[in-house]
Amino acid sequence: MAGFLAALPFVVVLIAYAVASHYRLLENPNDKLLPAPSTILETAQRLFTEGDRRTGRVLLWYDTAASLQRLALGVGISAFFGLVFGLLIGLLPYARTTFAGFVAVISMIPPLALLPILFIIFGLGELSKVVLIVVGILPFLIRDLTGRTLEIPREQIVKAETLGASTWVIVLRVGLPQILPRLIQAVRLSIGPAWLFLIASEAIASDQGLGYRIFLVRRYLAMDVILTYVIWITLLAFLIDWALKTLSRKAFPWAEEGL
Amino acid sequence: MSFVVAQDIFQSYGSRPILERINLEVAQGEFISIVGASGCGKSTFLRLLLAQERPARGSIRIDGNPPATEPGLERGVVFQRYSVFPHLTIRENVVAGEAFQRPWGRFFGAEAKVARARADETLARCGLEHVADQYPATLSGGMQQRLAIGQALAAKPRVLLLDEPFGALDPGTRLAMHDFLMELRAETGMTVFMVTHDLEEGFKLGDRVLVFDKPRWDPTDPDAYGATITYDFDARNGGIPFQTLKEDTHVFRPQ
Repeated sequence: MAGFLAALPFVVVLIAYAVASHYRLLENPNDKLLPAPSTILETAQRLFTEGDRRTGRVLLWYDTAASLQRLALGVGISAFFGLVFGLLIGLLPYARTTFAGFVAVISMIPPLALLPILFIIFGLGELSKVVLIVVGILPFLIRDLTGRTLEIPREQIVKAETLGASTWVIVLRVGLPQILPRLIQAVRLSIGPAWLFLIASEAIASDQGLGYRIFLVRRYLAMDVILTYVIWITLLAFLIDWALKTLSRKAFPWAEEGL
Repeated sequence: MSFVVAQDIFQSYGSRPILERINLEVAQGEFISIVGASGCGKSTFLRLLLAQERPARGSIRIDGNPPATEPGLERGVVFQRYSVFPHLTIRENVVAGEAFQRPWGRFFGAEAKVARARADETLARCGLEHVADQYPATLSGGMQQRLAIGQALAAKPRVLLLDEPFGALDPGTRLAMHDFLMELRAETGMTVFMVTHDLEEGFKLGDRVLVFDKPRWDPTDPDAYGATITYDFDARNGGIPFQTLKEDTHVFRPQ
């Protein structure tokens, strides 16, 4: 029953698409806007298996590898610095007075407005794309993790102090382990924006990548290719989210609530 | 010889005085209950004892040492809630009582094994050995407080501070906790300060009961004056001390 209910919205959307596509194609068999599901399936099969005519490479896998590498680097770097700064700002009053206001202001800069600057400074290569993801999600991660760190009850910190813990030990043994599940949670929330920034930067200047390909075939109105890529990206994002959720459950059994 | 000496303590938050002129001498091994109405500064006094706050005037010394500037090993503490670490198992929580003093906050190798064995002894003492590998969230309130006390004692503090430790427990569990605490105290001879709302509990457990109240009261400005110790009861023998004859009177008394 639960499975049926969960599947229902997907089925409804699929049927709605199939019906709309069917009637458009009845009227104009050359319609490109809503290709038939069977056409998408054929295109998908071709994209996943057949190599490029010129180079012989299967472009979709190359695009996926390039995009995932940029995404992993951007999100990984952001997660690391988000964790370090979040912990320090949350636990150390001096770090808080120094950085909290700065981060609050920085996080208000629209990252896409910085994109031209990033292209000018870091060139059109990999670096500028990774930097855009970092600029886009790092302030959010820092602010979120600072908040989570501040939520650790004061009593626990005092208790650790009475057990003879130094600041370093409090960070390492009280702050860090309690904030790691929150980090995964925050990263899960920021995966969406990370994809947004990735595809935006790939659309503007790139020679491979999922976002680049979508914006390339847009010129030919190749909806079947675009839809295949969109579904593929969605699937990837969902799998990443699911993997992070599972990791969090397995690694932090004590933090069952809210994850 | 007084073990804990509080000398002329004043504390205020902003312009609002909380405590004034508190002088207290406590001998080693005494159990001090602190009672008083809400907002009369007894928790503030405990935070001062804990060195979580520093008094505006005066000083608190333990065993003649210079006044502490932050909580440390001399003081153990159990709060009403949040006293144990939710991300550590029950056993690790007790091990943490010793391991947090180390540079990395943990033991390595053979030392770790010995520490775990010691922790298991403590857990057996607290009646928690059957849940050693679980996380604190799975424990009842009473078990969590027993764990918190065991953890605090694992660090071997000079003074144990309890801030309404049994306030969130049901009456039956509370009585069991009283017995547990009295047994532990008889074993360790620890100096204990306990803030409580429950007068009966204060007199039952304490050797002395300190009452915090405001000696001066301005009805138009209730915040004008701070609180101090207004009564210092001798609570031994159920609050009726000096009823036992100390000398042999050479008179026949049924034993």
